Amino acid sequence: MIAEKTRLAITGAEAVAHAMRQINPDVVAAYPITPQTPIVENFAKFVADGIVDTEMIPVESEHSAMSAVVGAAAAGARAMTATSANGLALMHEIVYIAASTRLPIVMPVVNRALSGPINIHCDHSDTMAERDSGWIQLFAENAQEAYDLTIIALKLAEHESVLLPVMVNQDGFIISHGVEPVEILPDDVVRNFIGEKKPRYSLLDVENPVTYGPLDLYDYYFEHKRQQVEAMENVFEVFPKVVEEFAEISGRKYNFIEPYRLEDAEHVMVALGSTNGTIKDVVDELRAEGKKVGLLKIWMYRPFPKAEIQRELYGRKTVVVLDRSMSFGAEAPLYAEVKSALYEAPAKPLMGSFIYGLGGREILPEHIRSAFEMAVAGELVVDDQKYLGLRE
Amino acid sequence: MLKTKGKFLEVRWHARAGQGAKSAAQILAEAALDHGKYAQAFPEYGAERSGAPMRAFNKIGEEFIRSHSPVLTPDVVVVLDDTLIGSAPVSNGTDEESVLIVNTTRSPEWIREKTGFRGKICTLRATDIALEEIGRGMPNTVMLGALIKVTGAIPLEAVENRIKSTLGKKLPEKVVEGNLKALRRGYEEVCCVG
Repeated sequence: MIAEKTRLAITGAEAVAHAMRQINPDVVAAYPITPQTPIVENFAKFVADGIVDTEMIPVESEHSAMSAVVGAAAAGARAMTATSANGLALMHEIVYIAASTRLPIVMPVVNRALSGPINIHCDHSDTMAERDSGWIQLFAENAQEAYDLTIIALKLAEHESVLLPVMVNQDGFIISHGVEPVEILPDDVVRNFIGEKKPRYSLLDVENPVTYGPLDLYDYYFEHKRQQVEAMENVFEVFPKVVEEFAEISGRKYNFIEPYRLEDAEHVMVALGSTNGTIKDVVDELRAEGKKVGLLKIWMYRPFPKAEIQRELYGRKTVVVLDRSMSFGAEAPLYAEVKSALYEAPAKPLMGSFIYGLGGREILPEHIRSAFEMAVAGELVVDDQKYLGLRE
Repeated sequence: MLKTKGKFLEVRWHARAGQGAKSAAQILAEAALDHGKYAQAFPEYGAERSGAPMRAFNKIGEEFIRSHSPVLTPDVVVVLDDTLIGSAPVSNGTDEESVLIVNTTRSPEWIREKTGFRGKICTLRATDIALEEIGRGMPNTVMLGALIKVTGAIPLEAVENRIKSTLGKKLPEKVVEGNLKALRRGYEEVCCVG
């Protein structure tokens, strides 16, 4: 049954703070100043007002934030933190440990540029630096999705055949500080959806002692890495069930990817995050002009939903991939992976790589239109990285 | 309601940090949502220091607003501080159909000469009104009232209710009352030419 909803005009950061309030984690450890996000600021108010039961630990760095969350999660607690940009970079070492220790931590990330030069605005370079860390990575298009995906992430992370941490990404400032309508589910509906956490291997369970984070040299390290691969594979089984259950309580449907006007599309754009909304409007305009264009939005970036992407992109004339980060000296992350997914395509589409929006540079409908127009005109060059909205 | 260039009403606020433009944009979005419309409000973030020029934006429409592109061709430009006239690019992206609302004691002719703005120019003494009604020269609610009058985007009551519930949570009743009077005087006292 779809629950009655409360509709609020709030920022993406506030929306996620509400999701955390409803999750009511046992522990939240966070670094309380820049580059922390208003997610933690808002959540700290819920703690101060006694609205949640959370043990809030203000720590001296993000490295410590993730370390405290790892310890709490190993003890069996539902533990969360949030961060952004250089804060995520400072956590990097422990981000890997959280994943390899198989701790179901959910971390909202407000995507912002990594310095230098110093920049506080949106791009995806922070989260892309963690793409091989073993975390599940979800990307929200708007504040509503940031809220929904945080709740979905918790259930996915804690599923016994997954037990992996999840990053829920939202675009810095554009979503985190932009006010939009968000439907908040009733607290009890969210509580029932996520259920009680039943840790299988709690450090506090002294009857059944376990060891976390031991020395693991050439004897077993490799086998443990192989198990992480298996857990990621299991996400493909579990995620569809979780989002189906979420649709039952919310009426909102999620998946690995969101196809938009793809039925007969010959030219398809692929993107992550908030720009997808703008692309949808441009697709509508170009459709009205008779151009067969469409969008493939990526909700889940890790694990990379290759089969779904192949299913949607096989048979298209052109594929345009937008990246909000770069891999210096190599192809941009999303482009490289979409291109790799199409290696076995019976008829390979013409492909184009477009970098946009680094350090918060604005992405305008006309930029998106120009990339589509190059695709329609057959002007894409597979090995030529192009830039949208860049002065050259 | 004011005729808009695109699918939504797009507003750009120019102010100095600390004058409440961000809050005004947020209250407008909340009130629009309460009234059954869809809205976005987003400020521009830079080096944050009190008194620095800043901008905030609104989009208001009948349908869910998917686009997250910036407001480049505003239907309405609201200026909370006339010392920005001549320095901030308030006319950028505007045309004969756009409306400029300025908190000033100066004449519309002076504003037109300084900005080259080609559309309708509306003025009011928002800082004076704020001083009289709130006891502080905080012009945001006065300018919000003026914006509602000029655009007809939503009824004034929707904004009044929102001010009561939002400001009522954190400010004394007297200050809330002052803001409501300031809002209404902005609505009533704004004058437009062109």
